[in-house]
Amino acid sequence: MIEVEGLTKRFGKKIAVDHLSFQVRPGVVTGFLGPNGAGKSTTMRMMLDLDIPTGGSVRIDGKHYRELEEPVKYIGALLDAKAMHGGRSAYNNLLCLAQSNRIPVSRVNEVLDTVGLTAVAKQKSKGFSLGMGQRLGIAAALLGDPEILMFDEPVNGLDPEGIHWIRNLMKTLAGQGRTIFVSSHLMSEMALTAEHLIVIGQGKLLANTSMADFIQQNSRSFVRLRSPQREQMLDALSEGGFTVVEADDGTLEIDGSSSEEIGELAARHNVVLHELSSQRASLEDAFMQMTAESVEYHAHSGGGTAPTGGPAAPGPQWGQHGDKGKGA
Amino acid sequence: MASVPAVLQSEWTKIRTVASTIWTLAIAFLVTVAMGFALSLLFSTTFDDLSEAERTTFDPTFVSFSGMILGQLAMVVFGVLVVGSEYSSGMIRTSLAAVPQRGTFIFSKIFVAGMLALIVGFITGFVSFFLGQAALGDHGTTIGEPHVLRAVIGSGLYMGLIALFSMGVATMLRSSMLSLGILMPFFFLVSQILASVPKAKDVAQYFPDQAGAKIMQVIPDALNSDRAPYSPWEGMGIMALWVVAALIGGYLVLKKRDA
Repeated sequence: MIEVEGLTKRFGKKIAVDHLSFQVRPGVVTGFLGPNGAGKSTTMRMMLDLDIPTGGSVRIDGKHYRELEEPVKYIGALLDAKAMHGGRSAYNNLLCLAQSNRIPVSRVNEVLDTVGLTAVAKQKSKGFSLGMGQRLGIAAALLGDPEILMFDEPVNGLDPEGIHWIRNLMKTLAGQGRTIFVSSHLMSEMALTAEHLIVIGQGKLLANTSMADFIQQNSRSFVRLRSPQREQMLDALSEGGFTVVEADDGTLEIDGSSSEEIGELAARHNVVLHELSSQRASLEDAFMQMTAESVEYHAHSGGGTAPTGGPAAPGPQWGQHGDKGKGA
Repeated sequence: MASVPAVLQSEWTKIRTVASTIWTLAIAFLVTVAMGFALSLLFSTTFDDLSEAERTTFDPTFVSFSGMILGQLAMVVFGVLVVGSEYSSGMIRTSLAAVPQRGTFIFSKIFVAGMLALIVGFITGFVSFFLGQAALGDHGTTIGEPHVLRAVIGSGLYMGLIALFSMGVATMLRSSMLSLGILMPFFFLVSQILASVPKAKDVAQYFPDQAGAKIMQVIPDALNSDRAPYSPWEGMGIMALWVVAALIGGYLVLKKRDA
């Protein structure tokens, strides 16, 4: 159990983390979500006592990090992949880490095997690709066989195979009853792995909820239709008492109805339909709306329309506030 | 709390598993010994060309340590890299997450690296002395003469302290490049030049290297140089104070700053 209480970090005048309080419960994967610059890494560094908080505290099983006896056995952390000495072999990088916490040397080979680096164990880690570096970092996190694991953007820069591997690893680790705290700026990634969700923006807590609740509350379902007889259809809809949102591309979105209902309505009014479909706004959209107000780096792209209601809306357009088609 | 023997063992593994350790220490040894030997040889062949005053104050022990002026730079690099590579590689975060007691971490590292530098320093000192005396032949001295053993042991201490001072500075500056950029020109140029400029000399003689190097002289005004206002051991003490100050400064920076 990690308890974060009123955690605050100020860099000069800028507040990176602003009175953050939450708990990371044991035995589940907790996703730590926020746009770039939201303060995720700073929070994680403070949890490990690397950055000194301006205010507030972090307790791990009731103790301050520096009170932990041999902390590598309590918490394994992957902060950034390059936190190893490049001139040292993968094996030796792990060996000195193991020795400092009195972890049996045999464990080094075990974790190298777990992450699939046995073949390159004797090679200098500076020759490693990003993916191999990430695996080495994960090996270091697993070294002390800790109950709590912390990963900061573990899938960043990985190829699909690597991403798949990390997802499975996290599920396996959680299945063993460990506490997993993993940060990401991609909602879609979290939806696949996390059971609990902590969302922050500009250092402030925006949401602390179970993934199931988040999905239920934040994914708007609506019916989309396209018709050459648009005006007629609009009249029919307002007659029927439906709330219609006109999207930019000329499609109509009707909240809180079913495609059956709308299809029958159209038939009764003899309106030709070119498209009729049930839609669910993606979690990515919900996340972007939630954090839109608190995004630090706005992208000012000229007149680009954010994809509406598609199954996945990836992309760097954090700053684009939902267009009118995506009412709150 | 972290176990100190475990951290010492870990730091020893770190030092012995990077190539820079063996390179810097081997260069410190070879350069000091080779240059001391070459200059001793030069002095022995040109002894008669020296002025009267230089001949009467000829210090064969000190001459055999002439290589120190270059060799110490390799010690500086060793000291800087031991600490600085933690920062340049990003390893510092992994290290401090494993050993959150920052004092235990840095002083274990400095202890292990300092001991190694000291051992290499003593070996370098003794080898330089004996080879230098062999080159000087009739103009040489022996280890049994008054103050000679003190000078030879002092030369080893000097090398160890130079490395420790560099570690302290690198911990304060948290960067290998910056530390080398300051320490190398300082020891090789600034300190040497100021020590030979009339007025500046009064200040420069209290610089760590200038004060510490006096212990390698058996004759206080060796080669017709100026006498220092402190004894050889006092000079070593001045150098030790610099080292302590650098280490305390480094510790305070490490304790206060975010990693």
